[in-house]
Amino acid sequence: MIEKIIKWSRLKSPWVLHLNTGGCNACDIELLAALMPRFDVERFGILSKATPRHADVLVCIGPLTRQTKDRVVRIYEQMPEPKFVIAVGACAMSGCVYRGAYNIVGGVDQVLPVDMYVPGCPARPDAIIDGIVKLLTKIGKG
Amino acid sequence: MSITIPIGPQHPALKEPISLKMTFDGEIIKDADIRLGYNHRGLEKLFEGKSYVQNIYVTERICGICSHSHTTCFVNGVEKLLGIEIPKRASYIRMLIGELERVHSHLLWLGVAGHEAGFESFFMYTWRDREIVMDILEESSGNRVHYAINTIGGVRRDIDETQRTRILNSLKILKERTDYYKNLGTTEPSFVARLSGIGILPREQALSLCSVGPTLRASNIDMDVRKDDPYLAYDEVPFEVSTADTCDVLGRTVVRIKELFQSYNIIEYILRNLPAGDIKAKVPRKVPAGETVSRYEAPRGENIHYIKSNGTEKPERLKVRAPTLANYPATVAMLKNGFIADIPLIFAAIDPCICCAERMVEVKDTKTGRAEIKTFDELKKYSRDFYKNHKKIKKDTVWPF
Repeated sequence: MIEKIIKWSRLKSPWVLHLNTGGCNACDIELLAALMPRFDVERFGILSKATPRHADVLVCIGPLTRQTKDRVVRIYEQMPEPKFVIAVGACAMSGCVYRGAYNIVGGVDQVLPVDMYVPGCPARPDAIIDGIVKLLTKIGKG
Repeated sequence: MSITIPIGPQHPALKEPISLKMTFDGEIIKDADIRLGYNHRGLEKLFEGKSYVQNIYVTERICGICSHSHTTCFVNGVEKLLGIEIPKRASYIRMLIGELERVHSHLLWLGVAGHEAGFESFFMYTWRDREIVMDILEESSGNRVHYAINTIGGVRRDIDETQRTRILNSLKILKERTDYYKNLGTTEPSFVARLSGIGILPREQALSLCSVGPTLRASNIDMDVRKDDPYLAYDEVPFEVSTADTCDVLGRTVVRIKELFQSYNIIEYILRNLPAGDIKAKVPRKVPAGETVSRYEAPRGENIHYIKSNGTEKPERLKVRAPTLANYPATVAMLKNGFIADIPLIFAAIDPCICCAERMVEVKDTKTGRAEIKTFDELKKYSRDFYKNHKKIKKDTVWPF
């Protein structure tokens, strides 16, 4: 019974932490636009949180730079279990146009286990919402 | 007694990774130190390995908010090197997208300022209205953020009659909404009280610290590249440089609201006087050897691209000086003697675009504090010598298992 309630509350109020790992701002503003009145991601109970200690879902944006690499891992470790990672945008998936630049490690999946990829350069707000909802369905089934 | 508190790289007040090291005496900021590098991707090196046409799309991805500024600045410079004149219609369309970008960026900033001042409904309002601009941009360029409308010699998409009327209709709604923001100060005295007197940057200091854009104009200096050194067809468009004389965050808000109205007028003028003709000129792939500097008034201030060509298809050097980098010294001056609670507001007031500003690598000796610039070879030699002479590293240790 208790587990059922926990699962229900987990599905109905996933709090996200928005983390820029070295991106170009484009996906950041699209993610923020998803929180705004038109797309209104809050109707799924999704709230943007400022600290990793309150977050269930880590939304990573941008390619992983050498400077942020260790910090991303540290932020991920601060999150309480169970935790999920969404890579938003082509950069967070693979590095996109920055591939080959000397300060780029690659996608976020080089250091973190990614649960959902949202493609696009930048990913549209509707695509981001679709990704988050798909992740929630995945959690609900599993 | 003073205490030092680090803010960032991940912090609720910051949207992008940057590290601020603040020294406080009680509640008052005594010193601020800005540390960059978390967002440094090494783009300037990447430019050297790509052709001019490919570089249009890489310069676009320097920043997601002022993406059109960077590409326009770049292609303007390349066209200057090529010595070609682009069709009139093309430069008008470039200006149109540039002004639409300014509108979306300023609306975005107004929302962020409201958010940092604790005025959440204002945040929601401006971002809702920003969607109108995003729709226009998507309709005329095909994408919401990275428009990719520029190409060397012109633009890639034309504006047709239906788009023209639709943009003009949307402008009416935007004007109405911006009028509401303009009158906001009279109905919301608490918002004005929160912004005024914070982050003071006197006129002389703004000049001596080389700040740019709305930060400079809020200190009552009417400098605008569009007026001072007109590019594209800005010398044909009537508009005024917006300034404010309060030198604080309130002034920066006022400048941006004024600029919104100027941008609406420019867009209207462009759409009513759109010249007929081609949208793209034929250009050679190879760019003759030479160097040039291109200036552009981005939403955040003056953007400078330095391009050096060696006669091949790829640039030899492309240096980007984004407006945020120019505003950092002024930010440190603004933060000093302010309160802890004002840090997010003051920092947000320059409209920081950290990904734009991550351009340089400085090697600093932590013991002496001396900064020096090293070439890549020198750096390699330094690291080899360091490990050779470093006593603490035990050499030839065998793994005990």
